[in-house]
Amino acid sequence: MDIQYNEAELAFRDEVRAFVAEKLPKSISDKVKSSEHVSPDDMITWQRALYEKGWLAINWPEEHGGPGWSPIQKHIFEEETAEAGAPRILPFGLNMVAPVIIKFGTQAQKDYYLPRILKSEDWWAQGYSEPGAGSDLASLKCRAERDGDHYIVNGQKTWTTLGQHANMIFVLVRTDTTVKKQEGISFLLVDMENTPGVTVRPLITLDGAHEVNEVFFDNVKVPVENLVGEENKGWTCAKYLLTFERTGIAGVGISKAALAHLTEIARNEKAEGKPLIEHPRVAEKLVELELELMAVEMTNLRVVSAAEAGGVPGAESSFLKIMGTEVRQKISDLYRELAGPYALPFPDEEIIEDAIGPDFSGSAASTYFNLRKLSIFGGSNEIQKNIISKAILGL
Amino acid sequence: MDFSYSDEQRMLKDMVDRVVADQYGFEQREKIIKSDAGYSPDVWAQFAELGLLAVPFSEAAGGFDGGGAELMVVAEGFGRGLVVEPYLSSVVLAGTFLDAALPDDTKAGALEAIIGGEQRYALACYEPDGRYDPHWIETTAKKDGEGYVLDGKKAVVLGGDSADQLLVIARSSGDNPSANGLSAFLVAGDAEGVSREGYTTFDGHRAAEITLANVRVGADALVGSEGGAAAPLQHALDRGVVALCSEATGAMEVACDLTLDYIKERKQFGVPIGSFQALQHRMVDMRISLEKVRSMTLWAACSLEAPEAERRQRLAAAKYMVGKAGRHVAEEAIQLFGGMGMMDESSVSHYAKRIVLIDHYLGDRNYHLDRLIDQLGEESAAA
Repeated sequence: MDIQYNEAELAFRDEVRAFVAEKLPKSISDKVKSSEHVSPDDMITWQRALYEKGWLAINWPEEHGGPGWSPIQKHIFEEETAEAGAPRILPFGLNMVAPVIIKFGTQAQKDYYLPRILKSEDWWAQGYSEPGAGSDLASLKCRAERDGDHYIVNGQKTWTTLGQHANMIFVLVRTDTTVKKQEGISFLLVDMENTPGVTVRPLITLDGAHEVNEVFFDNVKVPVENLVGEENKGWTCAKYLLTFERTGIAGVGISKAALAHLTEIARNEKAEGKPLIEHPRVAEKLVELELELMAVEMTNLRVVSAAEAGGVPGAESSFLKIMGTEVRQKISDLYRELAGPYALPFPDEEIIEDAIGPDFSGSAASTYFNLRKLSIFGGSNEIQKNIISKAILGL
Repeated sequence: MDFSYSDEQRMLKDMVDRVVADQYGFEQREKIIKSDAGYSPDVWAQFAELGLLAVPFSEAAGGFDGGGAELMVVAEGFGRGLVVEPYLSSVVLAGTFLDAALPDDTKAGALEAIIGGEQRYALACYEPDGRYDPHWIETTAKKDGEGYVLDGKKAVVLGGDSADQLLVIARSSGDNPSANGLSAFLVAGDAEGVSREGYTTFDGHRAAEITLANVRVGADALVGSEGGAAAPLQHALDRGVVALCSEATGAMEVACDLTLDYIKERKQFGVPIGSFQALQHRMVDMRISLEKVRSMTLWAACSLEAPEAERRQRLAAAKYMVGKAGRHVAEEAIQLFGGMGMMDESSVSHYAKRIVLIDHYLGDRNYHLDRLIDQLGEESAAA
């Protein structure tokens, strides 16, 4: 038993650090660290730098452009980049649709889409949830009817993250209404830009942000070659996507960076004339968060180490999702508290640019409210508990 | 990085699991607790024979040179069986203190009786007014010719009711709560001037209130250097924390397993109560608490040789988590068992008691949280 990184792992960590130091612009990492808005251009800039290094598609097989890393290397990479304030990698293309295409797609689909994803030429969106299909995803209603060489798609998707920037969307559609709900679903790729009938409408969330959207399909003609896998076998693709490479799901690196930011704020900001960190209740909360985060970090490492030894993380990722999101939400709660009365000004775009009150306070309340989403999306934490009950506890 | 056990660690685990399974049925344990001695000399002799009493000691001391991981393996197994033999007091606390304090050439002689199981030692450190502070020592050691005279009172001395030898921490100089000026003395349990009021603890162990009144000891009773007990004391307490956290991990694991089995079997309204989502989610939360404790314990166990700041932080963090998450598991286990969880005849109630009471040994959750807050303050001052 050895919980320390070995020489090779340390050397790899140093290599990642050196790369990040050289290629991640400070203007971007500063925004990430202080929870400011990161623009699509910022994200693409970072993804292109990673692509040039061959480090973008860390979960892909080597033959398609993955770096061939071990679970521990992937973990180190994710931790180091997150702690350094790198923007998140947009998951919809790289870690969602691509693995499905690699596993179930035709050669033509692989040849066309995978290089475009690697080069960030397409911006993908996820078309899963519907107004009536959230946790019960298989009850989705968006219809696709075969008409010669095309499917005609009608229906609505919702919670489409960053869909306002997307030109491609993968959608789960119902292609057979006469069978069990899981058995009549297909997985389609839709060109949002060049296909008539696709409408994207913004959904403004409680923090005032435009992050998610609803997408309407009105007689949208999709060529049959955009079907991934077999017709009516889309649920297999959907499930595969949801379990793919989830050891990074705990978001430990992001939480570490956020907690380091909080500690810095607590040292610099004052209440009643003395630094926040000297207030016993603030100090206690900071320490408790650090301890909770240590527990998540070590649990994450245990799962990574088991994966390294050949174990396949299954429902363990559900533990990590619950633990990781809970601590991240608690950190955002303290962030809001530390802002004190300056959590109050509503941060429209101008205020974020030129904060009223201390610099950090502009995004405190919005981060807190925005991150309520963590325990809802990606399978709500209650759904994760159902999964653990069934898969691990046998209940 | 590799979290799997080595072959030796796996063998050690199998050995501990086997002896606990053979010797520690629920009724056997009840008998042991109710016996006069409060532990089983037979089981103790078997531990000695298997080499378990030598695990945490250096080779120079005649030990196996086991690190935190080995100690964790042994104590976790003891936790699964709720073993009440005085392993923590005699081997982990008193034993590793001697190992750390004595020069190499005298270690083996001093530890022979502990490793062989012939004698049991107890660390008499904490005092009524110091609570969990190991440096709050009002017991005095005054020079008396070549020797010393010891006076004071020791609180809740684990295994102190019947230990052959007491390792007494006394203040030879300095003021409370200074770590400087603490000295350690070996005093026979039945020495003149030593009075012991022994009792059974809520979790089935034995302890004693010990009064030292004008206890005269020779210069040879001093262990290590005069005034230099703080470092070996920390060495011993660190190992004690690892052992307790590991015991808690083992006990929590069993409490979770027992509860899971119970809610699968127990039927109400015509169905197993484990089919109710409200209980399923509570069961999942128990497992999350167990995983947190397991993770923190592992980290602490592997940090005994880490640089001071990290070692302090991880040990305190683990003990804190045991206090917090342990209580959660214990309370939920009782709740999910319903009325049966309240019964003395249910083994789960004994696991719950041990898990909750572990928080009361070697610093509770609040004590360790305070130390971590102190550490944050030190870091901020340095930043």
